[in-house]
This record gives sequence, structure tokens and C-alpha cells, in this order.
Amino acid sequence: MTSWLLLAAAGAPEGGLFDLDATLPLMAVQVVLLTFILNALFFRPVGKTVEERESYISTSRAEAKQQLAQTERLETDLRQQLREARQQAQALIVDAEQEMDRLYRSALAAAQAEANASREAARREIDSQREQAENTLNGEADRLGDLIVTRLLAAQ
Amino acid sequence: MVPLPLFLPFAELEVGQHLYWHVGGFQIHGQVFLSSWLVIGALLALVVAGTRNLGRDPRGVQNLLEFIWAYLRDLAREQIGEKAYRDWLPFIGTLFLFIFVSNWGGALVPWKLIHLPSGELGAPTADINTTIALALLVSLAYFYAGLSRKGFRYFEYYVEPTPIMLPFKIVEDFTKPLSLSFRLFGNILADELVVAVLAFLVPLVVPLPAMFLGLFTSAIQALIFATLAAYYIGEAVHEEQH
Repeated sequence: MTSWLLLAAAGAPEGGLFDLDATLPLMAVQVVLLTFILNALFFRPVGKTVEERESYISTSRAEAKQQLAQTERLETDLRQQLREARQQAQALIVDAEQEMDRLYRSALAAAQAEANASREAARREIDSQREQAENTLNGEADRLGDLIVTRLLAAQ
Repeated sequence: MVPLPLFLPFAELEVGQHLYWHVGGFQIHGQVFLSSWLVIGALLALVVAGTRNLGRDPRGVQNLLEFIWAYLRDLAREQIGEKAYRDWLPFIGTLFLFIFVSNWGGALVPWKLIHLPSGELGAPTADINTTIALALLVSLAYFYAGLSRKGFRYFEYYVEPTPIMLPFKIVEDFTKPLSLSFRLFGNILADELVVAVLAFLVPLVVPLPAMFLGLFTSAIQALIFATLAAYYIGEAVHEEQH
């Protein structure tokens, strides 16, 4: 500052480290101008680009999250359906097996009953025929005995 | 004027020499403006090349620009807060980019190859005028931020939590730009001087570690300046939780 005052007094530039002069305000004006220029050319456009990209990223991430949630929901839904279908199939198989078993048993029982009935009928037939045969034989034997007795008596 | 009283033939370093231009009766440092135009040109070229066709899928330079943008946004958001950072991101970002490119330009570009009638080209931030200009802009910015957001309630900040803080807070308004400007100026000038002195003494290999350290310091200084500026603005727009 003193050198500046001295310069003003002397009217001739002498220089020095702390030589303050019109460089100061002009530099300040220059830096302010640079601030406005850089704001227009650099800070605003780059900031806009970066913020647009950030919002683009966040919206697409939100969309992706939404889609992922939807996919998971669909997956659990389909899993549920698959499990239900499996259970139905299992139930059907069990039903079919029980049905088959029942049919088998009933058919078996019917067959056995029929067999028993026919065996019984055959046995009754055999019995009656045997009885008839026995009666016939008995009758014949009586007649022959009578004949023998008659002949023996006649011969005396 | 050569303010370093060394016995070496130091005049070649030309500390404190300026290329004076006369603009409407005022004197300005021509070399500072020349190098700052190069810095601004480089920044604009990068930005224009990267934003020519912005797309949702970043390609080429757009990646770099988006990285820078996100880095600066995080810086501003962390210091200023979620509510107000959008308004101040361009200012904080411009400060960071301008200081960073200036510092690295001063360290990486072989300015020595360009001869000026007086003075020499270097980082614009190695000139006290530039750093004070930036620091005063920060002061204006945080006053404007506080006043526009809270009106005259902004001045409640000076008596919170107790009115005892009033003198300290007033002093702070002066120390903030002072420390901001001198920190940046001192670091960058010291870095350039160290490299220049080492290169002058031992031209080969030896200055390399100092150069790498200088690159590190340059980046850190840009970050510190931008972070503090954002912090001051954040302090000004901060709403007390009642």
C-alpha cells in the first residue's frame, strides 16, 4: 500500500511485491465475468445433464423394482397354482385307487358268492340223487329179500 | 526492486518486477493479465470441448467435466448446506478452477521461454492484486449471501451466541480476506521462488522434488481457498435452530 502511495507521489512505476494498483479491480471484474461465463457454459448444462441422468436412473430403478415385485408376485401365484394342481392330482389318484379297490372287492365278493351258491346247489343235487339212489337200492334190496324169502318158502 | 538480500546474482529472478500497462490513467500489471487470459482461455477451451455434445452416456471430456462438477458440488454442498449451495456453486467452482489452473499453470508452463520487456510471466495468483481481488469477492459474496437470505437479521450473527462476540466477529470480517489473500499469495510466490532458486543453483534433477511439492501445494491451496470461501458463505446463510 505504501509503495502504491509512493508510486502515486512519484508518478513512475517502481514495482515491488505488494504493488497494488488497478490490476485488483480489473481482476475482480474478470473473475466475476468468468463466473457468469462458466455458469452458462459449464455449471448449468453439466448440472442439468447429471441431474437428468440421476432422475432417469432412479425412475428406471423404481420401474425395475416394480417389475421385480410383479414377477415375484406372479411366481408365488404360479407356485400356489402348481401346488394346488399337485394336491388335486394326488387326491384323484387316491380316489381312483380307492375306487379300484372297492370294485375289486365287490367283484371278488360276488364271484365268491356265486361260487358258493353253485357249490351248494351241486352238493344239494348230489345229496338228493344219493338219497334217491339209496331209496331205490333199499327198495330193490327189500324186493329181492322178499323174493328170496318167497322162493325159499316155496321150495319147502 | 529486489527485496531478497542474498549474495547470489539474484537479479535474474526479477522478484517484484512488473510489466506496466497504462489504461486510462491507471497502471495495471500486464504480465498478470496475460497469464490470466491464458488460464481463462484454457478453462474455456476445456469447458467448450467437454460440453459440445452433452449426452446421457458421458463420452470423452464430458467424463472429466462431470467429475469436476460433482467434486465441486460436494465441496459446496458440504460447506454451504443443502438449501443454498445451488446458488453459490458457480462462484465457488469458478474460484477453485481459476486458482487451480492458475497455480498449476504457473508451475507447469515454461513461461521463461516468453520474454517480456519487464517482469516475467507466472501464476496470476502469485500477484497480490489477484489474491486480494479474489478474497474481496469472497467477502462481498458472503455479505450478499447473508443479507439476501436473511435481510437485516443477518447481523444477529454478530451477537450470537453472546454480544461479547461482537468485536471479534467484526475483526473477523477484516481478517478473513486478509488471511485468504495472503495465504494464497504467499504459498504460490514461495513455491515459485523455491523452484527458481533451486533451478538457479542446481539446474538439473534437484528442483524436481520441490516442483512436485509445488504442484501438491498448488492444488491444496486452491482447495483451501474454495473450501474457506464456501464455509464463510455457509456461515452467513446458516439458520440458527431455535
